[in-house]
Amino acid sequence: MSSRPIDADLARSFGLNAEEYARVLTIMGRTPSLTELGIFSVMWSEHCSYKSSRVWLKELPTKAAWVVHGPGENAGVVDIGDNLTAIFKMESHNHPSFIEPYQGAATGVGGILRDVFTMGARPIANLNALRFGRPENPRTKRVVDGVVRGIGGYGNCVGVPTVGGEVNFHAAYDGNPLVNAMTVGIAPRDRIFLSAAAGQGNPVVYVGSKTGRDGIHGATMASAEFAADSEEKRPTVQVGDPFTEKLLIEACLELMATDAIIAIQDMGAAGLTSSAVEMAGKGGVGISLDLDAVPQRETAMTAYEMMLSESQERMLMVLDPAREGVARAIFEKWDLDFAVIGRITDTGHIVVSHKGQIEADIPLQPLADEAPLYRRPFILPVAPAVLDHAAIESPVSLKDALLTLIACPDLCSRAWIWNQYDAAVGGQTVKRPGAADAAIVRIEGSRRALALTTDCTPRYCQADPRTGGAQAVAEAWRNITATGARPLAVTDNMNFGNPEKPEIMGQFAAAIQGMAAACTALDFPVVSGNVSLYNETEGRGILPTPAIGGLGVIEDAARARGIALTPGLDLVVVGEDGGWLGQSLWLREIAGREEGAPPPVDLVRERRHGDFVRHQIAAGDVAACHDVSDGGLLIAVAEMALAGDTGVALLDQPDAVTAHGFWFGEDQARYVVALADGTPLLSAAHTAGISARLIGRSGGRDLTLPGGVSISLATLREAHGRFFAEWMA
Amino acid sequence: MAFRAGIVLFPGTNRERDIAIALAAANGGREPVIIWHKDTTLPPLDLVVLPGGFSHGDYLRCGAMAAQSPVMRAVRDFASAGGHVLGVCNGFQILTEAGLLPGALLRNAGLRFLAQDHHIRVESTDTIYSRGYVQGQSIRVILAHGDGNYAADEETLDRLEGEGRVVFRYSRRDGTVAPDANPNGSARAIAGICSENRRVLGLMPHPEDAVEALIGGEDGKPMFAGLAEALAA
Repeated sequence: MSSRPIDADLARSFGLNAEEYARVLTIMGRTPSLTELGIFSVMWSEHCSYKSSRVWLKELPTKAAWVVHGPGENAGVVDIGDNLTAIFKMESHNHPSFIEPYQGAATGVGGILRDVFTMGARPIANLNALRFGRPENPRTKRVVDGVVRGIGGYGNCVGVPTVGGEVNFHAAYDGNPLVNAMTVGIAPRDRIFLSAAAGQGNPVVYVGSKTGRDGIHGATMASAEFAADSEEKRPTVQVGDPFTEKLLIEACLELMATDAIIAIQDMGAAGLTSSAVEMAGKGGVGISLDLDAVPQRETAMTAYEMMLSESQERMLMVLDPAREGVARAIFEKWDLDFAVIGRITDTGHIVVSHKGQIEADIPLQPLADEAPLYRRPFILPVAPAVLDHAAIESPVSLKDALLTLIACPDLCSRAWIWNQYDAAVGGQTVKRPGAADAAIVRIEGSRRALALTTDCTPRYCQADPRTGGAQAVAEAWRNITATGARPLAVTDNMNFGNPEKPEIMGQFAAAIQGMAAACTALDFPVVSGNVSLYNETEGRGILPTPAIGGLGVIEDAARARGIALTPGLDLVVVGEDGGWLGQSLWLREIAGREEGAPPPVDLVRERRHGDFVRHQIAAGDVAACHDVSDGGLLIAVAEMALAGDTGVALLDQPDAVTAHGFWFGEDQARYVVALADGTPLLSAAHTAGISARLIGRSGGRDLTLPGGVSISLATLREAHGRFFAEWMA
Repeated sequence: MAFRAGIVLFPGTNRERDIAIALAAANGGREPVIIWHKDTTLPPLDLVVLPGGFSHGDYLRCGAMAAQSPVMRAVRDFASAGGHVLGVCNGFQILTEAGLLPGALLRNAGLRFLAQDHHIRVESTDTIYSRGYVQGQSIRVILAHGDGNYAADEETLDRLEGEGRVVFRYSRRDGTVAPDANPNGSARAIAGICSENRRVLGLMPHPEDAVEALIGGEDGKPMFAGLAEALAA
């Protein structure tokens, strides 16, 4: 590679266009070295610079009284009371997970864990949001199997419980699955660690795994579309070592209990380059690195390779020189490499030397400030026409529709997946996957607990990205609310196609607008996030997927509610009567149509209904609560029955709606609330001007539909559990 | 009276808090001491616990590296002097690798990590770990392992059975032992065994994650209450 001349052609192969390369020449005032070109190319990649998305991300609300650190740090930080903070973020590992599903997913988990413990938090929960291609596609099975094993393999080993997530299947992800991983940690409010370097002469210390040639230019790969030759990119996928990560967590947290750390940053995308550049850049200082001191796994590595390696499980720290010995002793105790590889300087430059040569000398301010920023052309999508829902006839009976829907890949039991994730380690998981709308994880030594969820409905986003963006936020808020917890903030993971196409940029812009409106209306600010663009293979984009990771808090974990029914409860639906079949799973799975406008999201109503339900749960009479989402009301009821192994007798639906519209419509802002006597809740709703309706009562071993047709729980359970069991047999 | 418990921390151990919480709750709030894998001696103790996790990443055979740790010589001495040792999950694997319990734990028969609730039947109440239960009682505990498939030669299995050293067996909720209730392919559905002197116990499930009604149920509680009663006496 070093024999190639350094010019615009080479820059293009590194992902920099002609204009960007010209900017490099202006900043440098000379032809850059290979290492310098490498540094520019990764720092200015879409993945690291957010050059296409930044102008839009600014529209998201990021502030609230409880937000301690919003976007811009390694992860978002919110105050959860008791002088504690929750630190969390979600990040994608889409491209690597298609090329090498196990390692791609595993290192995705590892990377997001580091973003969180870098800030001083002990990770207490992992979640994920996964989208796969059609199950009929022969490749999908291998990807699902590898991704699930990878997430489990990493999370189980580091001992952080995987407590929740979501999975969808759609042809649009055939060549481009999405693997979004979220980590949540807890740190004392006064012990949060940031990345801004300071103190001329202070040592820059490298800890963790040794550097190898793996993952070189991973950030650039993550910023390009896929072609059919993606297999050849396998060497750019990193390999994870959860054991080293576990040691790194323990060593870093032990060191963080001392006062040795001035700044700390994990080496994620673009490795040593981005960590060094960001730490020095944020601190407004310079940094010199001596690559001879970098712990190396392979021989004869060049400066270019070391600066761009994405070897995993590595951290960079600036230490108080007086405490260097304390720090070294901790890392030696954990048998981890500890090397002083540089110093903080006052030059404002990053200077990289290797074997007595200066390999790179770049002014940091222009590297950051003059990074490309694009307001790309966009075409806002036209919202599809609203279907005439009342005119849609059902080709099958309610019973057959229910049994088909509850068995379909998007609604069937996810137990096959959950049962490979350790959700219990740590001993604080109050509600495991499937038990409640949001996972409930208590904080050790406290009654307080976090409510955690990931949500997005990509088919809504495809039909109408603005509504879909709002719906993703609203559903996360609703899922937290349905447990009784108070929603606090979100992290987002924006997965879209090629931003250079105006329609894709339009999807992005519209989704942001919808999210911003929902976050504002629900007091649910965005505190961290990640953007993954170029999710296309052979020119075909994914469904726009703005995945939302939501976090809430409940003061007493014992008051959190799950979805499981017990006998003798009234079931009350809070919210309007259904009927909206456009973009519903019923329409797709039963009528074979992916059409229409998605259900509208009325944010005022969403807030009112949610606040009402949370208040009812706090009052103490609610036994179980489940939001109405994919599949509609009857699916929600069936899930509650299965979770509690308790039947339900349903009442007749109102005459104004069709039976299938009422039971399978996906109208928003709705909850099924179960309680011994529904009357007081119905009258409270009436007083508050909120629609609510008694729909049935729990008991027995059957789900009895209006009209008296019964389905035994055993039949329902068999249908619910069939898909994964047969597919993965 | 409180008892003195110590938890050995290997690199990669990850369920030390779970078991510390369960022990402390049964021991008047007294936190167990933490013993580092490089330690060569143990403080005075009534119980040594090898907790769950992935010691040394389980990159070699599970527990094989940990069994060679400096601390294991001291644990072996402690056991041979009649000390009580409890190994849970990875701790059970370490005990078999260290030769403190017979047999081995192989990959789960289904070749996948198993993380789910399961029932086990109490086969013997004649250990401090199981005295809090009733013989034949079925309890619900959490499994979280990739290598829990207990294996030993027929002669060893017969001996374990004959000496009443099979302490826990995988079962259905009603206590029936059956192939469909054997989650990982373990020989004779064995979930936990004890040493000849009945003081060293290894089991794959996690009773420490079932000591609170709110979290995982309370079926693990009698284990800790029972051993607390026996050790504090």
